[in-house]
Amino acid sequence: MVKRHFDYEEKYRSLREKFQELKKLSQSMDFDLNQEFKRLEDKMEDIRGDKYHNLSPWEKVLLSRHSGRPVVKDYIEYLFEDWIELHGDRSYGEDRAIIGGIAAFAGIPVTVLGHQKGRDTNENLKNNFGMPHPEGFRKVERLIGQAEKFKRPVITFIDTPGAYPGLGAEERGQAWAIARVLMLFPRLQVPTIAIVTGEGGSGGALALAVADRLLMLSNSVFSVASAEACASIIWKDAGRAEEMASYLKVTAQDLSELGIADEIIQEPIGGAHQDFTDLADRLKKSLELNLKQLMALEMEQVLEQRYQKFRGVGRFLE
Amino acid sequence: MLKSSFGKQKLIPIPGSGRGPLDKTVPNEPGLKCPSCSRRVMEMELKEHKLCPHCGHHFPLNARERLEIIADSGSFQEFEVGLRSINTLEFPGYDEKMTQAINETGLSEAIITGKATVGGYPCVLGIMDPGFMMGSMGSVVGEKVCRAMERAIELKIALIIFTASGGARMQEGMLSLLQMAKTTAVLGRFHQEGLLYISIITNPTTGGVSASFASLADIILAEPGALIGFAGPRVIKQTISETLPAGFQKAEFMLGHGMLDCIVERGQLKKTLELFLRLHGGEKNG
Repeated sequence: MVKRHFDYEEKYRSLREKFQELKKLSQSMDFDLNQEFKRLEDKMEDIRGDKYHNLSPWEKVLLSRHSGRPVVKDYIEYLFEDWIELHGDRSYGEDRAIIGGIAAFAGIPVTVLGHQKGRDTNENLKNNFGMPHPEGFRKVERLIGQAEKFKRPVITFIDTPGAYPGLGAEERGQAWAIARVLMLFPRLQVPTIAIVTGEGGSGGALALAVADRLLMLSNSVFSVASAEACASIIWKDAGRAEEMASYLKVTAQDLSELGIADEIIQEPIGGAHQDFTDLADRLKKSLELNLKQLMALEMEQVLEQRYQKFRGVGRFLE
Repeated sequence: MLKSSFGKQKLIPIPGSGRGPLDKTVPNEPGLKCPSCSRRVMEMELKEHKLCPHCGHHFPLNARERLEIIADSGSFQEFEVGLRSINTLEFPGYDEKMTQAINETGLSEAIITGKATVGGYPCVLGIMDPGFMMGSMGSVVGEKVCRAMERAIELKIALIIFTASGGARMQEGMLSLLQMAKTTAVLGRFHQEGLLYISIITNPTTGGVSASFASLADIILAEPGALIGFAGPRVIKQTISETLPAGFQKAEFMLGHGMLDCIVERGQLKKTLELFLRLHGGEKNG
């Protein structure tokens, strides 16, 4: 049976609780076990550290989807000042699966966009689990056009299982909406930085990833389609998702080796949710540096570099 | 629906899309069963356009057959015949699948591109083959599409692409997904040149191809009955746990929802393309 939930942390915590109980109990004993406890505690932390440095691709997939993981709104609220959300695609509706707006980053006005998963089931239902309809992508199209007009850099956050596969989405042109965004981003006359914070799934994630820089959190993943979908399509067996994940090269580390991820932001041991501010501060530093570098260049140069970055993707024999 | 002829060996059960150019049904009975009208049809009755003589159903065409009915005879000069996919991810079974596809189709990849004339008008032509690994887009398909666009810019002539694809090629992982952004980046430059791009969507076109260059043309045409969408019908069915309405995601449905310019029967395609090329200032025999 394939593991569906990343439960290592829970196991660790229950072990830790038992350990503390024993420690407490031992205080009433005649002999001193403190040295033994210290040794044991160090060993536990070592094992935990090792575990998190050697997560399998599937464990990273599960961790990237972990319900306790910070959502895009957490990053927006922490990293930016004067955040104000803007709504709607001006043609059909408001898609809560994509959040967008204007804020100040290190004193510079920027346009911010991201997939919006919920913090709980209620929010998730409202936001369709971060799976956008065409309206979401049209909101992106509108807001990046606006960013260009006012020369605001664009910062995007990626965390979605993918674009929503449903009747309404198809009727209203999901493919068309994604394609238009994919053609607009490479030509956008402002610097763009994308950050994969959780799971990047398929075309719905790519629509926010065509940027000058692609940063990935160290436990985030980015995949052509979910491992479950790939296993189902190629092997007719979604149950082999774990095995599929090991082949697809979806982790930040694999994608850095393939030249797709430009930078990895190290998460704390246990994942982003264990020490959010520690991680967010690191991310902020990297964002500042990347934005500074991009803003120091002529826009023409930025556009040419961005174009070459995407024009050059692919491996083949001539 | 074509349910009976789609066994477990098929990649994705999309009606009307077989691995080969035509789906054989009961081996003992002569001919084929038309998936639209269920009548038996002899292969020779289909003629070059591969239409059902009873109901006009459009049977799948492979890339070479498509080229025959679109390009002027002898005018096609193929580009990039030497490009070959490699198994960068060391994905199990990918090499074997490629070899099988090459042997079965006689093509080197899921698209052929080249320069041709259509009714005397020069253009760059790209034709995807639904029988080559479901017409999936990996590094080579993306590269050939981009180079075709670049050649059209260089030659200052129109670009015509026939799409047929299940989407990104899973076996190349993220390298495949990014072909979407690669083709749209080049297409953005193409459109700046004031050149004409016509996309003809054929059965089936979904996923990464529909959400990139297929839907970004000046003129978007489709063949009757073609399945067109982002998500495939099976995935949607699983997601909403309901049966899909009749005709959902068919070309006629997409036309009704404002996604296409025209549906053109295969027999009229070449004439229609000629008309568009003429109306966009095409000069014969460039």
